[in-house]
Order: sequence, then C-alpha cells, then structure tokens
Amino acid sequence: MGLGGKTKMKKQAKFGIGIGIIVVALGFLAWLGYGESKTYYHTIAELQGLNSSARAQRMRVGGTVAIGSIRRTAGRVDFVLEGEGKALPVSYGGSDPLPDTFVDKSQALVEGHLGPDGRFVAEHVQAKCASKYEAAPGGDTKGAAASSTQPSTM
Amino acid sequence: MDVFGSFALLLAFVCAVYALVGGIAAIVTRHPLLVKSARQAGMATCGLIFLATFCLEYLFFTDNFSIAYVASHSNRDLSAFYKIAALWSGMEGSLLFWSFLLAVYVLSVLITYRNKNGELMPYVGVVMAGVQLFFLTLSNFVESPFKALAAAGPDGVMSFVTRPDGNGLNALLQYPEMVIHPPNLYSGYTGFTIPFAFALGALLARYPGEKWIHLTRKWTMIAWMFQSCGILLGAHWAYAVLGWGGYWGWDPVENASLLPWLTGTAFLHSVMMQEKRGMMKVWNVWLVFTTFLLCIMGTFLTRSGVVSSVHAFAQSNIGPWFVGFMGITLAVCLGAYLKNSDYLKSENHLDSLISRESSFLFNNLLFLVACLAVLSGTLFPVFSEWFSGNRISVGAPYFNIVNIPVGLLILFLTGVGPLLAWRKTSTESLKRNFGWPLLIGVVVGAVAFALGFRAFFSTVCLFLCVFVASTILLEFYRGAKVIRARSGASYPACAIDLTMRNTRRYGGYIIHMGMVFVFLGLAGAAFNRDVQKSMRVGDTMQIGRYTLMLQGADSKPEQNYTAQRMLVEALSDNKPVMMLFPEKRRFAGNNQENGTMVAIYSTWKEDLYVVFAGIDPETREPVIHAFLNPLVKWIWFGGVVVVFGTIVALLPNRRSVLVLAPAQQPAGAQPLPHAVTSSVAFREGHD
Repeated sequence: MGLGGKTKMKKQAKFGIGIGIIVVALGFLAWLGYGESKTYYHTIAELQGLNSSARAQRMRVGGTVAIGSIRRTAGRVDFVLEGEGKALPVSYGGSDPLPDTFVDKSQALVEGHLGPDGRFVAEHVQAKCASKYEAAPGGDTKGAAASSTQPSTM
Repeated sequence: MDVFGSFALLLAFVCAVYALVGGIAAIVTRHPLLVKSARQAGMATCGLIFLATFCLEYLFFTDNFSIAYVASHSNRDLSAFYKIAALWSGMEGSLLFWSFLLAVYVLSVLITYRNKNGELMPYVGVVMAGVQLFFLTLSNFVESPFKALAAAGPDGVMSFVTRPDGNGLNALLQYPEMVIHPPNLYSGYTGFTIPFAFALGALLARYPGEKWIHLTRKWTMIAWMFQSCGILLGAHWAYAVLGWGGYWGWDPVENASLLPWLTGTAFLHSVMMQEKRGMMKVWNVWLVFTTFLLCIMGTFLTRSGVVSSVHAFAQSNIGPWFVGFMGITLAVCLGAYLKNSDYLKSENHLDSLISRESSFLFNNLLFLVACLAVLSGTLFPVFSEWFSGNRISVGAPYFNIVNIPVGLLILFLTGVGPLLAWRKTSTESLKRNFGWPLLIGVVVGAVAFALGFRAFFSTVCLFLCVFVASTILLEFYRGAKVIRARSGASYPACAIDLTMRNTRRYGGYIIHMGMVFVFLGLAGAAFNRDVQKSMRVGDTMQIGRYTLMLQGADSKPEQNYTAQRMLVEALSDNKPVMMLFPEKRRFAGNNQENGTMVAIYSTWKEDLYVVFAGIDPETREPVIHAFLNPLVKWIWFGGVVVVFGTIVALLPNRRSVLVLAPAQQPAGAQPLPHAVTSSVAFREGHD
C-alpha cells in the first residue's frame, strides 16, 4: 500500500470517528429520552392482571366514557372509562381544559399512573367523538383531529 | 354524475394499466408508436382522474346526499369554500385527491418532456404509471368515493336512499388553514414521485451522467416547497385551532409529514455533491427512494390509523394495500440497484474534514439521524408490540432530546457549510468568512446571558441564529460590493442584481435565512408561560406585561354554527391594547360538535394567546386560559421567507456571462471569472 493509500485510510478513519461520536452521543440521548417518556398501553381488562411493578409504570388506557359518569369538582374531573365489559374510574387533575370532544360516549385515551386504590390518575386526556352514521372505519379526518390536553412540547 | 365519476375512475385505471404494460413493452421493443401510445395513455389517465375529481366536487355542490361520501362529509349549510375542502376530509376523497395532485405533476412532466430525453422518458412514464395504478386500484376497488347509500327496506330488500341533509364537515376542519394545508402537504407528498420516477428510471435505463438530477431539481424543489408550506400551515392550524398553546406535539400524523421533508432536504443538499464532484451517487439514489417511500408511508399513517389504532381510534382496511405497495416498491428499487449498481460508482473521494464535501456529509448524516429518531419514535408502539407483546409509546421528551441537538448542529452547518471550499478550506479563508459572524454571535449570546436568558438550548440557538444570519448577510454584502464597484448602484439594488445573476445560490441563502427565523421562533418556546383563571365580568388577570379584563360575553349565530364569545380586553401598562374574542363554536346538525377559536394578539416579541376554556361547572363562570408565547411569529415569517427563497431559486438566472457546458452546469453560470468547470472546482460558494 502506497503513501497515498495510507493518508486516505487515515482520513476515512477521521470521518469514521467523527460520525461514530455523533451517532453514539445521539443514541445515548435517545435512550435517555426513551426512559423518561416510555408509556405502556393497556386495555382496561389487562390492568387487573398486571403485577405490581407493571402497575407502577406510566401507561395509557383507552376506552369509552360511560354515560353520565363525568363529574366535575373543584380542580379535577372524575369519570369512568368502559371497555371490554370492564370499567375504570379515572381522575383528571391537569390544568389544561378538557378537549371539546370529551363528552359522554366519546372514545378517550388517558395517560398517567394507576393509583394504589385502583383509580387511574390521568395527566392527559385525549378524546374523539364516536362516529355518528359511519359505523365503518375510515371516517376519520387526519388522526390529529383528536383533540387532547397535551401541552406544548417545543 | 356518480356513475359518470366512477366510470371515469375505472377508465383511468384501464389507461394506467396500459401506460404501465404498454410502456414496458415499448421499452423492450423500442417501437416508436408503442412509446407514443404509452405516453398518451399516461396523459389520458390524468385527464380521466381530473374528470372523476370534478364529478365528486359536483356532487358536493349539488348537495347529493344519496352518495355516502357526500352525506358523511357535507351538509346544506356548508359554505362553498368548505365544500371544496370536503373533498379531502375523509379517506375516499383523500385518496382521490392524492391521485388528482399526482396527475397534475405527471401530466406536466409528460407534456414538458414529450419530445425530449427519448431514452429516459419511457422508463419514467412506466414508474409514474405504476404509482398512479396503485392509487387508482384503491379508489376503484377498495375505497370508492362514489358509493351510493343504501338501506334495507321493510321487506329486507336493499334499496337506494337519499338523506335530507348530510352530517356536515368535521368541526375541526372548518378553518381556512384546513382548506389550504392538506393540498400543500399532499402536493409535497405527491411531488416527490417525480424525482423518484426519474431516479428509478435513470437507474433502470442506465441513463448516463447526472442528467436526471438536473431534470428533476426544479420538480424536487417545488415538492419540497409545498411540503415545507404544508408542515408549517399544519402547525399553525394546531396552534390557532386546537387551543393547547403549542404548534407541534410530535403526533404521529405530524411526524409523518416531517419524515419525507427531512430526507427530501438531505437529498436537495447531497445532489450537489454529485453534480459538482461525482460523489455519493448510491446515497442520492437511495435518499430519493427513501423519500418516496416515506411519502407513501406518511399517507398510510395519516389515512390508515395504524399508529392511531394504538390510541384505540379508527382503523381501516387499506393498511395491507399500502404495506404491499411499499414492499413492491422497495423490491423494485433494490432489484434495479443490485442489477445496475456499477453504474453508480463514485468518481472522487473525501479529501478533508473541513471542506464542503464533509459539511454535506455531516448535513446528510444529521438529517438522517433526525429522520430515524422520529421514525422509530412514531412506529415504536407497532414494533414494541411485535417484539415484546407490550405496546409502548414514547412521548415528546424522547423526540425533543434527540432532535433539539440535531437541529442545532444542522443550524450550525447552515452557516458554515456554504462558505467552505470544495476539497479543502484554508485557515485564512476560515478567518475571513467566519471571524466577524462568530464575534457578533458570541456578543449577542453573552448579552442575552447577561440579561437573564438561562435556558441552555435557547441561548445556543440564539447564538447560532445570529452567527448564521451574519454569514449570510456578509455574503450578500461582499457580492453586492463587487457589483457596486463596477455599476455604482445602491447596495440593495446591487444585492438584487447579485441574486438574479445566480438565483440558485442566493435563493438558497434566502431559504437558509428563513430557516434561521424559524429556529429563532422555536427557541422562544423555552420561555412560554400560561395562566388559567375562572373569571367574572370585570375580573382581571395578569400575564407578563399584559392585564386581561373580562368585559362581557355574547352569543353570535353564524351560518353553520353558533359562537359563544368572551370579550376580553388586553391592557399593557394600563393602556388598552386590543379587544380579544376567544370563542367556543357549537356546530349545527345533530353531531353536537364543538370547536375552539383562539384569540391571538401577535407581535414580533411575543404572542398573547387567549383561550375560552369552558364554563367552570362549580361556579358557572367562564374559564380563561392565557398563554404568553415569545417569538412565535418568527416561525410563520420564516416560512414565508423560505417559500420566497425557493421561488427565487426556481427562477432562471438573468444572464450568463460565461458559456458553460449546459448539460453539466445549467445553473452554475457565474458572473465572476473564478467560475470554473466541475472538474477543477476550487471555487467557493453555494450553488
């Protein structure tokens, strides 16, 4: 291998190291962000079968808001989510107002923790109106149309 | 009209099949008549798609509620403006609209190049017909927009029905941005089909040189411009309508629009490496393939609800079709690449870490990392369920922690990259180009720090914004000075003259400047504040330097909804600034849908953003939620600058002083004598 080949190798090594540092650093950051924000999705029925460590995780639960269950009290909103024949009492104490779409029978997705008493403490609530006529799927208009209480993130 | 429309769609499908099969036959036999007929079949496909789209709009405008799609997305009270928008408010119409926009591009390409590039165009036509065929298959056989409503009568026999009125358009979509945002975004998604078709066509045809890049540059930029516009309009819609005080929430649908933008931006930069130095050919081809696949995936994520399904929302049956199409596309791309990879051999190698080449390399690396981070985060629920059985989603912290540093590094390269020389940059040129900008940036950063800006990323971002803006302004100043020395005109006139002589280079700088403004606006988010209070008439609340006083409430009936408005007066230092009218809208019809209209008092310094959050159930008093969001206006302004810069870059150069080989450097004409051909390429500058 000639001299030119060696310098070329050296240069490529330099690029390799530079790229490697960037990728490893960002990979590490991604891992941190993952740990901070990972959220498990469970159905209401699954919640009862979870072991204690799984119950402590941050999670999302989806269901339908039970008719007449929305009770607004000072500083918080209580309601019941139903799904697969089970019910889950939820308390939402976030400062953001609940979305306009959050009404009886709407599909809602709550994010937060399961309290020790079995009541779900929600930090965010997303809701989407049940489709009226169109029973078939596909009537949605951009998934973003589901309003939420998600705060600004940037 | 519905029969006419569905028949037009079916004929379009037949023509697309002919354009594809006949096109392949034309490539194999090289028979000129076959080439011509395949091209004309392609044009006919486009015409028939236009016809079908107009039929659907006609059904909307004639309130034909016997058609399922019209009945579920429109009603009699809906204004004409929104009847146009109703076309893309649901699945079936969106798919047709995709075909419509694609047909606009395809027809333009077929007409523009009908007598040119005879070796390449049959391949391009086949690829475009293939993509059209996929969407026409969906529109014809899976999600037809012309389905008639039918119901079972008392005797159990199905018969057609007409409803007296439709469901109306989704309340969230009844805003002007929602009328222009989807067409922009879809124009972006569909537009990337053109560079994809040329790249794949050139690879299949082993078409010599970099001609396909020159041919597609303008198409790519147009698609990119629409995509950028669409993303920002979507963000603005989320900001002005959803009422949560932010504009970007890393929602799967938002991410879906960002992904092809990231790879598309990387592609627009890395093709310069191929044009000037004959490098990164494999990379470029794969970037454009990836961009196209991400566009299809974006449409898929938006329309199929595969990720939303994790949120227990609507699912759809078109998922397997999209996955199948992406699989076939990937297989074709991979096959073409493996067969003809020797054609993509690089002509040069990297020379130095501090060179234009390496800045492009890192630029691409960062865009790709950002894309991977966003993609993995978006699809994490799907993959985690496959691998571990647990559906795990990641939230905003994950996206932010990776993308903020990546964004800042890209911003840094925006300032540095264009001024580095090809191959190797001298220390002296580094000092000359970056001395002053660095100094100004550090001074501004230090002043900001002294004034109490302590948010780390925002301060870094501010420093970089000033630094990059200075390098760009310095470039305009230097170029204008040279022209001024000869012509004696004023500096602004010289700067305009300079821009018009090399639109690609200076248009690029204007785009970069627009991105600087966008970043400046994003940096403001670290200082957002909000207050929420339940108020009686006459009550006040304080946010920043503003005092908000509730003056009253009223109710305003409109054509399609009733608005419940709060009259909030904003005062600054006890002087009235503006009356704000945040409102809740209750839409007509039996849907009982609600909408929010945010009132925003926007200045260059900050946005005062006031939401009527609802009625407190305890006290029966209205709840006002006020946000103070600094610098947001710069984001929208930056978007306007980006669009303006793209248009400038699309203009032809005013005059070319040097005669260059047009096939190699159509846009490289420079007024100064140091413009040399690509084989030597020692010159600095961005074009």
